[in-house]
Amino acid sequence: MIPLCGDLANAKGVVKEKIESQPIVRGSSTLKRGFAHMLKNGVVMDVTTVEQAQIAEDAGAVSVMVLDKLPSDVRKAGGVARTASVRIIQDIMDTITIPVMAKCRIGHVYEARVLEETDVDMIDESEVLTPADENHHIWKWDFTTPFINGARSLAEALRRIEEGAAMIRTKGEPGTGNVAEAVLHIKKLNDELRTIKSIYNSGDNQDLVKMAREFRVSYDIVKETAEIGRLPVVNFAAGGISTPADAAYLMSLGCDGIFVGSGIFKAGDAKERAHAVVLATTFWEDPDKVKEAQKMIDERQSILGLDVKELELRMQERGSTA
Amino acid sequence: MSELNIGVLSVQGDVAENIASTKAALHELGINGNVTNVKTRDQVSELDGLIIPGGESTMIGQLSLVNGSLKKIKKKIEAGMPVLGICAGLILLSKKVKDRVVGETQQPLLDLLDVQVERNSFGRQHDSFEAEISMEPIQISNFSGVFIRAPSIEEIGKGVEVISKFNEKIVAVKQGNILATAFHPELTSDVSLHKYFLQMIKNS
Repeated sequence: MIPLCGDLANAKGVVKEKIESQPIVRGSSTLKRGFAHMLKNGVVMDVTTVEQAQIAEDAGAVSVMVLDKLPSDVRKAGGVARTASVRIIQDIMDTITIPVMAKCRIGHVYEARVLEETDVDMIDESEVLTPADENHHIWKWDFTTPFINGARSLAEALRRIEEGAAMIRTKGEPGTGNVAEAVLHIKKLNDELRTIKSIYNSGDNQDLVKMAREFRVSYDIVKETAEIGRLPVVNFAAGGISTPADAAYLMSLGCDGIFVGSGIFKAGDAKERAHAVVLATTFWEDPDKVKEAQKMIDERQSILGLDVKELELRMQERGSTA
Repeated sequence: MSELNIGVLSVQGDVAENIASTKAALHELGINGNVTNVKTRDQVSELDGLIIPGGESTMIGQLSLVNGSLKKIKKKIEAGMPVLGICAGLILLSKKVKDRVVGETQQPLLDLLDVQVERNSFGRQHDSFEAEISMEPIQISNFSGVFIRAPSIEEIGKGVEVISKFNEKIVAVKQGNILATAFHPELTSDVSLHKYFLQMIKNS
């Protein structure tokens, strides 16, 4: 049984039809959120080519995320960052057996439609790309394909879940090789979960209503989340993860899994590092195994990293007020 | 028998859901038992039964190979320990696997269940579906089958019993102490399949 709180009855993305004579349902929250549950304790790797996707699969990634450019290159290139080429996504889907995700711009309903038609397994409505609508995210209940969204706080996460997101990840600060922001975001979310749980346990419904108003979400989703004491969907870490130790640290903070963007394929030792990050994510509870994983990489090959305070573009702020 | 030790292979995938379903099944049957995460070789030795959960079979296979637990699991199953393989778990237990699009895969397998499995048999996530299924040979009907990028079984060997079919595709089988499904009983609130598996352990 998985939590289904916030589920929208009669969502447009739910398809009732028949295979031969058998009635089936597609696009339900059980299927969308259930898919995310299958990724738990795994690593999703950003890739831009078929070769990188193959390296990711061989290294033990649970899924790949296809982009036109890795986040650190998006930063350097400037201009407008859009969804990846359909042809590259299709080539990758024809080559590897693990699920394939792709990013669309925040609010860009039609990039998302294109990705759904391309048959990707999950769509990331991502702040790494240039937002198409600063005021609205996509109403994800209209889609049969599941979505993942970034969040910096419990409020943002619950707003995205109410819009139909089936999975959440921290925003972090993508393309920096600096894990500090992802750490900040998961700790904030955990703090807020503890707060609403203690309010719930105290039986003070009025205070819970106040939290719901502050978060700009329904009372029901706050109450149900408080009751289970965790996000009702799978929650991964993302943004700035570069080393096996980074991955293990975020797992220890309660993340369900890891996204690595520029951290792998912008490093000089991508193959070894991809494998090492998977090992550290799987065996994060055993520091000796994390050491073994860390030994597989060369710190001199790590992405140099950026100080978040000096950034001109803070991707994490995109779409966070909506 | 004293307390049952049931393990859920905890390399990757929906481990917590299987632990919850197994605990609920123990409770409903009134059986005493421990349900634990299993990650290392040593933890495998102490088990009366094992669940290999849903997840990514390529990843679970590779990583179980790394710490030597794959070999140990194989030995235990050969010695008669009951095992329930779900989706990725079904794939790992099988002798032969191919992918619907990519063809034959080189992934590590336990090579025990005499079937040929087709991965992603119903399509990608957009085609994942829920449907009512029936498992008559084990007296379970009106079961909610949750199929997520699910495999199906294309060919079966002599010792393999078909437990359930969806249209013409085989989606659950049993071979002695091995029970395997293409769908995810742990994602629903119905624990009858987990209960059946506990009875298998109890009777073994």
